[in-house]
Amino acid sequence: MTQNSGKTTIDLKNLKAGGFIKELGKDLFTVRLRVPGGRMSIEKLKKIAKVAEKYGSEGVHLSVRQSIELIHINFKDFDAVVEELAEVGQEVASCGPRLRVPVACGGCEYNPNGLMDTQQAALEVDRELFGSMTGHHKFKVGFSGCPHDCPKAAINDVGFVGAVRPEWNGENCLTCGLCSGACREGAIVPGEDQRPVFLAENCLYCGDCVKLCPAEAWHVLKKGYAVYAGGKWGRRPMVGTLIATFLPADQVVPIIREILSWYQEQAEGMGRIRLGEVLLQKGIESLLDRLRTTFPNSVKLETTAPTVIDRQIRGLNSAEC
Amino acid sequence: MQPIDLRGVCCPTNFVKAKLAIEMADVGDVIEFYLDDGEPVQSVSRSLKGEGHKLLSLKKADGYYVLEVEVA
Repeated sequence: MTQNSGKTTIDLKNLKAGGFIKELGKDLFTVRLRVPGGRMSIEKLKKIAKVAEKYGSEGVHLSVRQSIELIHINFKDFDAVVEELAEVGQEVASCGPRLRVPVACGGCEYNPNGLMDTQQAALEVDRELFGSMTGHHKFKVGFSGCPHDCPKAAINDVGFVGAVRPEWNGENCLTCGLCSGACREGAIVPGEDQRPVFLAENCLYCGDCVKLCPAEAWHVLKKGYAVYAGGKWGRRPMVGTLIATFLPADQVVPIIREILSWYQEQAEGMGRIRLGEVLLQKGIESLLDRLRTTFPNSVKLETTAPTVIDRQIRGLNSAEC
Repeated sequence: MQPIDLRGVCCPTNFVKAKLAIEMADVGDVIEFYLDDGEPVQSVSRSLKGEGHKLLSLKKADGYYVLEVEVA
């Protein structure tokens, strides 16, 4: 679909997923690029630099969700920008009430803390679900490879945190004491004969014990993602709640699909509302019930509502402002 | 071999110093490293294991850890 005013021609299908954001200046837009997981080839980076130099201004902006944003792009250049970026397969991202480009940490290929391949997951979600219309509001997905959680998974509508459930095999144990010395959570304590005792209630599932154990006595019993739902930041922040544990990597796209579909149905008639607010109003049980049939081994039996964060800025008295 | 005292040395300098000490040693040598609690003891131990050396023991001393490593 091409729109022609007589003077300017714009291919409107380029605008379908959003990603072109109006700036203050006349005719000027920010063009947000699609960079799933924040990883980018040098080839694309070079092309983006060329396009920015040709159509943009003195620089670009790095968005807080790992995108490169071309700034000060004249709307008349949209088609040329899209076409030139497409030469290296670089696409424009989304904005508005859609599933956004997923963010992710570096993952587990080179980061020693990484437990799950978050880069792979971000690419999959981007490929399968990017730009899905929610019908209500934006929908953000984020991936952390380990419980350090650098990407802050729980402030996404759906956030994933890599986790390992360790298991101890006494036959292999050298009683070297490395595990209990290194566990930062007090989940492994020296027992009789210096053999380690596992206190599951303290464990964050970071996998340090497995990585450190010289004798493979500590090994991986289960590996997967802890899944948080209903998070957001912005004007009224909420921290998402834990809805599933040790979700296998191949269930990531299916569970997002199911949560998205619950959100689309349940928020009907509620206006422009995020998942977390819908969960507060409809109850987290409704979502858990929906997910339990498809993901019986991962979904939690019960959980709490997302946590509303008080920004402490409302109702300042006159002396304070 | 003398123990390598890495107390008060921050990451990643402590690991690099440990690597340099290991370079001077022969395969099969056992080296003791003194490491601060917290980040140093965790990441230096894990990284040395990751590079294929054998961790023999970790003992808590007075305010620090003694890590015993067999060079591979």
